Amino acid sequence: MEITLGKAIQARFQVIWPGFTLNVDLDLPGRGVTALFGHSGSGKTTLLRCLAGLERHSTGSLHFKGEVWQDSTRSIFRPTHQRSLGYVFQEASLFPHLSVRKNLEYGRKRVNSGHKVSLDHAVELLGIGHLLDRMPDRLSGGERQRVAIARALATSPELLLMDEPLAALDLKRKSEILPYLERLHDELDIPMFYVSHSPDEVARLADHVVLLAEGRVVAAGGLRETLARLDLPTAFTEDAGVVIEAVVADHDEAYHLTRLDFSGGSVVVARRQEALGRRLRFRVHARDVSLTLTRAAGTSISNLLPATVTDIADADTPAHVLVRLDAGGTPLIARITRRSLDHLDVAPGKSMWAQIKAVALLA
Amino acid sequence: MFGEFHPALGNADWAAVWLTFRLASLVTVILMVVGTPIAWWLARTRSKWKGVVGAIVALPLVLPPTVLGFYLLVAMGPYGPVGQFTQWLGIGLLPFTFPGLVVASVFYSLPFVVQPVQNAFEAIGPRPLEVAATLRANPWDSFFTVVVPLAKSGFITAAILGFAHTVGEFGVVLMIGGNIPEKTRVVSVAIYDHVEALEYAEAHVLAGGMLLFSFLVLLALYSRKGASAWK
Repeated sequence: MEITLGKAIQARFQVIWPGFTLNVDLDLPGRGVTALFGHSGSGKTTLLRCLAGLERHSTGSLHFKGEVWQDSTRSIFRPTHQRSLGYVFQEASLFPHLSVRKNLEYGRKRVNSGHKVSLDHAVELLGIGHLLDRMPDRLSGGERQRVAIARALATSPELLLMDEPLAALDLKRKSEILPYLERLHDELDIPMFYVSHSPDEVARLADHVVLLAEGRVVAAGGLRETLARLDLPTAFTEDAGVVIEAVVADHDEAYHLTRLDFSGGSVVVARRQEALGRRLRFRVHARDVSLTLTRAAGTSISNLLPATVTDIADADTPAHVLVRLDAGGTPLIARITRRSLDHLDVAPGKSMWAQIKAVALLA
Repeated sequence: MFGEFHPALGNADWAAVWLTFRLASLVTVILMVVGTPIAWWLARTRSKWKGVVGAIVALPLVLPPTVLGFYLLVAMGPYGPVGQFTQWLGIGLLPFTFPGLVVASVFYSLPFVVQPVQNAFEAIGPRPLEVAATLRANPWDSFFTVVVPLAKSGFITAAILGFAHTVGEFGVVLMIGGNIPEKTRVVSVAIYDHVEALEYAEAHVLAGGMLLFSFLVLLALYSRKGASAWK
């Protein structure tokens, strides 16, 4: 299995606890958002804590952009406070005895040089300017988490680690913070590691994915390629689907529709507010894709794409299979019944039409 | 039965009050310095010795003061290990001196300082320290800028209890310090003397003063409960 994402960060960790072993060997990219994805107990938080140096009992090595942060064979362990990183915990964990401003300044004034991110910029990015003089207990959950993210950013870290920063929040608060996280992604050149068990969050934010199960790396790679793989354990394929990045190409005012273009075709969705040219990500679940031999006529489904079958794999039930297709360079996955597979004589190399019943827009 | 009432205290009684205040203040300062690392260790360690050390620290809570005083007297006496050590240092023997009283009081009041501070440390948990470390604070830095402010309430409780408990001791003082005016005669011993001499009026003034002092201390302590630690 190829698990090379770049050479900027090399992490080899072993942590052994009663009933749990983390054993990973990863080369990780030095830019963009890398999602550490997996079910609870898969070791994703432990891996993040190892990167931060918060797990003193881990053995292994960690090389970060040419610096050795840990090497057990040479007894090197750089303590957390000497690593240039920001860490956002699942609960905001603001210092309750300090105001928002003092919380933000706490880390910042302990960093001597190289303030790449100005305090004002961090405050503006997270939209917390009006909260600076409040005490943490006077903030909502979403506000607290935004302050925690800004506090981590204010130290101008070379690496930002986030442990399910949205997990403790309800849906409304989540949607309140996600746009801010997207801005971090777009505006800052800091590699981010983002722990999540939510496929939608991963699809929306990540550039790379590391899939973990029971303390081991199951798959790692670019977001689109990894999510479109068929050889992953069924635990992940029950929610199989692909992520497509598209551009807002046209608005149809008469029918209140918007056309999104991507390599390999376009889809039409209900009218979006975004301006022409804006990039949007959407997710197509395998269960929302059906296959026809010819371009269907007389159907209410308007999103039809020509595509070529590339491979076929077992799905989460014996009655279904997952069919991977290539639509002009964009991977698609369709979940169809085994009977349809035989009736339509689906095989690799065959040209077919994919009918997309629904797309989930991620922004 | 109350005898003639003299509201004013004699010079000897004022000396006892002043001595008690000096003793309790000094002991409290020493206890905060000695007790904080012990409390920190007890709150954070996973060592198998935690139970043993915790039990030793708590012993004065249940032991009769005379037992503690007896062993301290033996240890600090001319043939005890502490006594041999102090003689070797050239400072003589500690029993029946003010420094001896200080040492004994530190042992006697130790749990009253260690336990509130330990509880406060345990309530903080490891998370704020991890946060501080990710914000570049070294362990000493985070102790003074995060742990101490968050444990402020525990420290205040510990200081009040340590001071008040030292003021209130009697048995250990009698065993270690005897009853030497201006050296080891504290208020509780002075009251005992007055009662033995049937000087009830003087005993009343001192005993009433102690009662009022203790009540005010506890009132202050219990009024604090529920109040936020950092406001």
